[in-house]
Amino acid sequence: MSKILVVAEHLNGKLNSSTARAVSAAAAVSAAAAVKGDSIDVLVLADSVDAIAAEASKIDGVGKVLTIARAENAHPLAAVLAPQVAKAAAGYSHVFFPSTTFGKDVAPRVAALLGVSQVSDVMSVEGAHSFKRPIYAGNAIVTVEANPAHAVVATIRTASWPAAGSRGDSAAVEALAVDAALPAHTRFVELQQGKSDRPDLQGAGKVVSGGRGVGSKENFEVIYKLADKIGAAVGASRAAVDAGYVPNELQVGQTGKIIAPELYMAFGISGAIQHLTGIKDAGTIVAINKDGEAPIFEIADIGLVGDLFKLIPEIEQALG
Amino acid sequence: MKILVGYKRVVDFNVRIQVKPDGTGVMTDGVKLSANPFDDIALEEALRLREKGIATEVVVVGIGPADLTAHLRNGLAMGANRAIHVVTADEVQPLTAARVLLKLVEKEQPELVILGKQAIDDDANQTGQMLAALWDRPQATFASKVEIAGGKATVTREVDAGLETIEAELPAVITTDLRLNEPRFIKLPDIMKAKSKPIDSIEFGSLGVEAHDHLKTTHYAAPPKRSKGVMVKDAAELVAVLKQKGLL
Repeated sequence: MSKILVVAEHLNGKLNSSTARAVSAAAAVSAAAAVKGDSIDVLVLADSVDAIAAEASKIDGVGKVLTIARAENAHPLAAVLAPQVAKAAAGYSHVFFPSTTFGKDVAPRVAALLGVSQVSDVMSVEGAHSFKRPIYAGNAIVTVEANPAHAVVATIRTASWPAAGSRGDSAAVEALAVDAALPAHTRFVELQQGKSDRPDLQGAGKVVSGGRGVGSKENFEVIYKLADKIGAAVGASRAAVDAGYVPNELQVGQTGKIIAPELYMAFGISGAIQHLTGIKDAGTIVAINKDGEAPIFEIADIGLVGDLFKLIPEIEQALG
Repeated sequence: MKILVGYKRVVDFNVRIQVKPDGTGVMTDGVKLSANPFDDIALEEALRLREKGIATEVVVVGIGPADLTAHLRNGLAMGANRAIHVVTADEVQPLTAARVLLKLVEKEQPELVILGKQAIDDDANQTGQMLAALWDRPQATFASKVEIAGGKATVTREVDAGLETIEAELPAVITTDLRLNEPRFIKLPDIMKAKSKPIDSIEFGSLGVEAHDHLKTTHYAAPPKRSKGVMVKDAAELVAVLKQKGLL
């Protein structure tokens, strides 16, 4: 029987959709388990937990929502959260985190405290202790078997999993008391957050993305404008971020965000393998590039060779 | 202040890796090997801290087979003072690597350990966080800016929401992101100089680290291929196709 704890990610009092994606992976483990009677619980660590827990309790498939409300949990510091998660994990067969910068930061710290290995970036569940994950920037997919004698700590590759649906009733919410000494050696200073009314890059159905070919920060306005016209999030290649055209949180690729929108439109992106690994799960990939030999055309569903500054206004016009 | 830097050797980032037809691994024979790019960034950061007078000694650490010494020489040529080679022919998973590093930390007593945020072969992104947990010290992952003053590190981190700044009391573990710095190139005279720098060899078995990794890799496969797409001739046709698919 498997008992799965999903650690919730949240920001500014709101649950991140990555949590519901991790719940989907947990449900796949439940479905694969030989003996039924499983449970999936969500753990919320915050200073003020009520609103976040209420959101989590609406996720389909969740047994109960456990909360740890402490002032120290106001910001997601791994050194502070990990000892609490490790205590809360007692009795669970699996502890899942979304594979976002939050999960990547905290999960290995929990795994080490529990003395177990971690499975990073779970793409699919082959069995309760068998998973597929990408290595070499997604150029190989491995099947890994975890030892059933130990808890499985894993991060869930969010682009591989749909968000679990919502439900009419609510799962029970319980405050959890854990006796964990919390260190004071790590302190939050500030978060500089890009302010945007656009959809979130990781959850967006449509993404318009620009690369080195866009040429400058000023030129990137044409990308933003098209994105706003079709209600898309904005992304970028590493080259565009390194060149200072856009902030780091827009980077898509092996070391940036891995995304799976229904529509991905790449403008002036040549398509380094490190970028392609971030968009492989997109429904439809559109590539627009001056260079007809650019590698992005090898994986694009629809390609158009031409000057993006000429084509974007024409696309807008055709949209009406 | 002494800084320990993790320096892993991986398949070069320009190599397009191929899976063996029988699914037992990836083809690495004759493939170019290089330093993990994030580890070069880690070493560069340590060297800059030494050049600023904040650090006094930079030690690179590698875990791997006997021929790893050539790779560690590159780290010495880049500027590290000395190297530690933990010798093992076996594959080492992140938890074991973290346990090895903890043994070296206990022996060397560094005030800072800088590691790459991930190695570009297994893409695990775990070792730094695991070391920090076992050592019971702060971690500052995905660093894009590091300032050391008054016994603490102020680190700007690249997170999904933007840029987060945290303070970590030393000793601490920092893992590097891409934009922390641009590593220097190795110069020929430095390669000559590196030949006389010391490399300590330590047998893995002598460290008393139990290598009971719980993960077994049972199969390797090539990723599913996306089918070849179509080319359209102009913007109007592109929009028509996307509308037909219900995407716009």
